[in-house]
Amino acid sequence: MRQLLLLLALLSGLLTGCAVDVKPWQRGLLAEQKMQLVADPMEQFFDEHIFFSKEAASGGKGVGGGGCGCN
Amino acid sequence: MQLKNRRLRQQLSLATCALLTSIPGQASADWEVDTGILAYSETDRVRAVKSIITAKRITDETTTSVTLLVDTLTGASPNGATAATTAQTFTTASGNSYTTAANERPLRDFRDTRSAISASWEKVLNRLFRLKLGADVSTEDDYDSVGLNVNLSRDFNQRLTTLTIGAAVTQDTITPSGGTPVEGSATDGATISTQSSEESKQTTDLLLGVTQVLSRTTLTQLNYSYSLANGYMSDPYKIVSEVDAVTGDTTGYQYEKRPDQRIRQSINWTTAHHLTEDVIHFSYRYFWDDWGIDSHTFDLKYRYELGAGHYLQPQVRYYMQSAADFYRHSLVDSETLPRYVSSDQRLGEMSSYTIGLKYGFPLFTDGNLSLRLAYMQQSGDSSPSDAIGSQKQVDLFPTLEAVIINVNFNLPF
Repeated sequence: MRQLLLLLALLSGLLTGCAVDVKPWQRGLLAEQKMQLVADPMEQFFDEHIFFSKEAASGGKGVGGGGCGCN
Repeated sequence: MQLKNRRLRQQLSLATCALLTSIPGQASADWEVDTGILAYSETDRVRAVKSIITAKRITDETTTSVTLLVDTLTGASPNGATAATTAQTFTTASGNSYTTAANERPLRDFRDTRSAISASWEKVLNRLFRLKLGADVSTEDDYDSVGLNVNLSRDFNQRLTTLTIGAAVTQDTITPSGGTPVEGSATDGATISTQSSEESKQTTDLLLGVTQVLSRTTLTQLNYSYSLANGYMSDPYKIVSEVDAVTGDTTGYQYEKRPDQRIRQSINWTTAHHLTEDVIHFSYRYFWDDWGIDSHTFDLKYRYELGAGHYLQPQVRYYMQSAADFYRHSLVDSETLPRYVSSDQRLGEMSSYTIGLKYGFPLFTDGNLSLRLAYMQQSGDSSPSDAIGSQKQVDLFPTLEAVIINVNFNLPF
């Protein structure tokens, strides 16, 4: 139930977002590398690898990337 | 061997060059090289050094990328047995013995090198669709992995919304030195029965994601991931202590045994907010699987601009998980053995936090260098209420501490 509520809250946040209007010429800040959801792919790759080998949970940000015997 | 390595290297470089230059009909292309090195060091335990280099060729319509990775691991890893009030001696499946002093967590020395190569190709199919294909191969002394992945994205709503679907398949082969011990079998240190010399695992991953522009300064993404793994998922090097029901003294050990299927799911929410100079990144993941584990992960980064391209980025990450249904710190020797059991702390109830600081600055014309230092601490219940007799005198969940040093360099040209 808690999971469902959380999902609904997040989805409603996204849906209200659909009503926004940001013109292409207003997206300068969004286009900057530091604003990307993965701003530093190398750093994310290293971190995911460390946490994958030390914790039971993994994934969530993408698919693929290669397996290893570290977990 | 040397000759073979040299030939392999030549073939790899030829293949890499061919892949990166074989796209005809593009007038101009940008190149980008990313390199990174990471040193990971646990107090008295594992030390790892990872080096990566990625070369990318970017044109208006395609991005082709090849990554090489070398990972060296040395040090000692917990063998799964609990600390005891007397010294303990263990024999591995390959026939080596080692002794752990009283009151110390038994650790097994190991050394491994992992090499991996991956390649991806991304193409803008038309005004709204993007396709990305990827492949990866990884090899280490006792583990090999091959994987393929595909991602398709479509923009909607004046490109304010993007839907992504992704899928990956991975085939892993496990070849432990000395063979795979019979899962759940007793080990007295002298006789070890092996069930095979090779085991395998197949994994299928699916992802569904929505990315949404919320304003001129806010971007958010929600992903749902599903992963199905079938095959060998025990750790062939891990054992579980058996203790006396009254004294709590260790009387024997048995190899761990995990289920041969696992379904993992997660919901991941990531958002980035621009403060016109500084940028905040936040992500939250809720993860659950059919082994009884659920976990929460919070990650916050704040990029603070110092001017002229220099920045500082503090990071805080908090992680917590519940235990797998079959996690036990130890077994009682009089009990009926459970169907599945593992004392791997990574499957136990625990929490972990990481704090880090990154400093980045421009180097050469368009390059960027960043240095990062982070500290991680992972802890669980050191004195669980079900500890028996002498077990109450030892640490049944030692805290893990690690320091991470990371240098990354990115150079477009």
